[in-house]
Amino acid sequence: MGKILLEMKNITKTFPGVKALDNVNLQVEEGEIHALVGENGAGKSTLMNVLSGIYPYGSYEGDIIYDGQVCEFHKITDSEKKGIVIIHQELALVPQMSIGENMFLGNERGKKNAINWNETYGEADKYLKMVGLSESSRVLIKDIGTGKQQLVEIAKALAKHARLLILDEPTSSLNETDSRALLDLMLEFKKQGMTMIIISHKLNEVVYVADKITVVRDGSTVETLDCHTEEISEPRIIKGMVGREFTDRFPKRSGVEIGEINMEVDNWTVYHPVYAERQVVKNVSMNVRKGEVVGIYGLMGAGRTELAMSIFGKSYGTGISGTLKLNGKPVTLKNPREAINAKLAYVTEDRKGNGLVLSNSIRVNTTLANMGDVCDRGIIDTDKEYQVATEYKDKLKTKTPSVDQSVGNLSGGNQQKVLLAKWMFTNPDILILDEPTRGIDVGAKYEIYCIINDLVAAGKSVVMISSELPEVIGMSDRIYIMNEGEFVGEMKASEATQENIMACILQSGRGE
Amino acid sequence: MSKYNDLLKKNAMLIILVLVYIFFIVMTGGSMFSPMNFSALITQNAYVFVLATGMLMCMLTGGNIDLSCGSFVCFLGSIGGVMMVVKGWGTGVSIFLMLLVGIIYGAILGFLVAYVNIPPWIATLAGFLAFRGLGTAILSSNSSTGSISPIPESFLRLFAGKLFETSIVEFNVICFVVGVIAAAIVVFLNFRNRANKLKKGYEADSQTAVIVKSALSAAAILLFTYKLAWSGGIPVVLVWVVVIVLIYNFITSKTALGRYFYTIGGNKEATRLSGVDTRKIMFFAYLNMAILTAVTSYIVVSRFQAANSTAGTNYEMDAIAGCVVGGVSAYGGSGTVFGMVVGATLIGVINLGMSLMGVNEDWQKIVKGLVLLGAVVFDIIANKKNAVK
Repeated sequence: MGKILLEMKNITKTFPGVKALDNVNLQVEEGEIHALVGENGAGKSTLMNVLSGIYPYGSYEGDIIYDGQVCEFHKITDSEKKGIVIIHQELALVPQMSIGENMFLGNERGKKNAINWNETYGEADKYLKMVGLSESSRVLIKDIGTGKQQLVEIAKALAKHARLLILDEPTSSLNETDSRALLDLMLEFKKQGMTMIIISHKLNEVVYVADKITVVRDGSTVETLDCHTEEISEPRIIKGMVGREFTDRFPKRSGVEIGEINMEVDNWTVYHPVYAERQVVKNVSMNVRKGEVVGIYGLMGAGRTELAMSIFGKSYGTGISGTLKLNGKPVTLKNPREAINAKLAYVTEDRKGNGLVLSNSIRVNTTLANMGDVCDRGIIDTDKEYQVATEYKDKLKTKTPSVDQSVGNLSGGNQQKVLLAKWMFTNPDILILDEPTRGIDVGAKYEIYCIINDLVAAGKSVVMISSELPEVIGMSDRIYIMNEGEFVGEMKASEATQENIMACILQSGRGE
Repeated sequence: MSKYNDLLKKNAMLIILVLVYIFFIVMTGGSMFSPMNFSALITQNAYVFVLATGMLMCMLTGGNIDLSCGSFVCFLGSIGGVMMVVKGWGTGVSIFLMLLVGIIYGAILGFLVAYVNIPPWIATLAGFLAFRGLGTAILSSNSSTGSISPIPESFLRLFAGKLFETSIVEFNVICFVVGVIAAAIVVFLNFRNRANKLKKGYEADSQTAVIVKSALSAAAILLFTYKLAWSGGIPVVLVWVVVIVLIYNFITSKTALGRYFYTIGGNKEATRLSGVDTRKIMFFAYLNMAILTAVTSYIVVSRFQAANSTAGTNYEMDAIAGCVVGGVSAYGGSGTVFGMVVGATLIGVINLGMSLMGVNEDWQKIVKGLVLLGAVVFDIIANKKNAVK
């Protein structure tokens, strides 16, 4: 056993209302590639943010021991000074600047207040060669592909004299060839003695590069697998990732009759709004029945939100083709207003970004999508609005002293309830719930599930998009599985297991 | 204690306004308090109230501003002058055509901002430059002095002068009666509002609070109209300002349309996904701004009794300052018509007070700049404290 370069001991990190990390322990040996795997929201990224000082020392409990010393990182430059460099999932490059400028952004070459451009570009070219890029460092970032941009990120990390390189989903935006090249590069660095931590959803890649695999689940480290002492297969990792118990986490739904088809989507294809040649949703067909909860499972970036928003009045994407039928009749919904009038509701995954007006009150948010019902010829009936908001507050058990409270002051779970109230007040037949329980605690989750059950009991249809497997299986009647813009499987919830859903996705990934 | 603090914070600008006013009364040896200067405060600042109302609507949508309104006032004034004085067209026709030009410009500007997505400050910067040039060019090609006059009496009567005019030495009874009626209405509304809330079981202010509030506002109105009554009557322009302020106060607080201005400023994407045509609202904000700018140009032309090439200089800044000092968020989503009125009045009081004290122009600008900065800093710090709570 080699020298331990990094040890994270009993790390606990709490966000208001949520325990994101609970007594996590991680040991990384010098010169190894250590993989962190786990579901979305399991706490992998949070752990790495603790390590790199994005969450400063003092905001978490536990110790970070690096190179034999206990470290207290207050900001990201503290950890970078020690050679811990993190490469985030979203590329952090300025498109209008050259490769060289980007590489030394915040780390400029030259004298104090004067950049030495020759040194900048010369050094940059040196590091580019190390990652196998033949481009000149004077080329602008926007003129090279995403695969190469990812390599520039790595070169940038090398320029900071990285000893421990953390790669968060480095291949999520790369195609197969670029991904493989990147992984091979990692193996090359390992030979030169670099230590790396990789976070990835793509288990085949993990198996390909990792020496050790640590599984994170619900904010705790479950196990660490050593790839050299035992044969590690993907199903073995999956078992560790999802192996949790089901004890009444989902309320029973009984006596709900599933009726006829309410909404039908055929050959639905959507292109990216900016990169108009990129297909985001590919030829998707689906249907939903009255009284049914249909789950759409997929990892982040699978195109689920894009699918939902494009159905909801073309609020996302360009070049949308395919047919949408509501109650058997083909319809064209040109904007969100038409979608709402057609009794469709889309409850966003991003409640702060495009769901709620945080600076306004619960009352204002509740009625926003259906002002017509609280207005008389455009004039707001404040009494009625107050009544409506209070009614939903009571119905959904939103915890707040008054409906005049501004939404920004509520907890995540209560915000989610206000968001649901807003859409329930539009009186929809079909509700598309996008990650309805993201970032809220277990108790609030249960309450949201109860609301979903009440909705279908009232004869409405629910499409629930989720990247939490137990939730999809526990709540749905039927499940569609989505990967890379396509539906790659459909199964009854009674037949679905976490393993066979994951297998569906893995197989489709290999098929390329 | 915290209730007291809240009250103080909510009405901070109003309290500051009163203090600043008293300060200037003392410093000017009471001349600030004279009926004539009371009247001057209104006639000199009428343009700010009207423009700031339009600016408020733009700013609510996300801190968007209109830099072109000052220049547009000059341009509209110049074509109005040409129509009425040079061509000798009727007052009604001229007013209508000026408004029409305003609507056309507003529609173009609204289209560029809302549908072509040009950042408002750039779109309006173009107008800021072009309309000043255009207005000056029109004026200088029609007059050797760069100013067109005399504007017909029929036009002036509509926007300047006094209602029920009497001589200054005489107490204008009608004016004071109007004040008494207004005060009575305000008091009545305060009490009815409270009674309504109690009847429906909502949270309402305590009886003492309503009595104090009613007494203070009635006293303010009575003092105001008493002073005006000694100045020869109600300025016509005050009627315009009051009507516009009341209409927009109603729109922003009681209508769905007004609500959308706030929610767009708070979260544009959420508002769009709630089925609101956000582009239409943005379009309307700039169309509305241009219409109110047209009204401002009537007021300005009649106040100076001429169309001038310097008319409207820096008006856009006065309007923005009035809003910001009045607590309208520079990022959009919050601010009220009442707040804006207080803010614009405060700036007006500072202007008039310093002029009366004989402070030179340069120092006036310095003081105004500091007041503006102080107001924004105050606003941000107060909000931050609220957020932490």
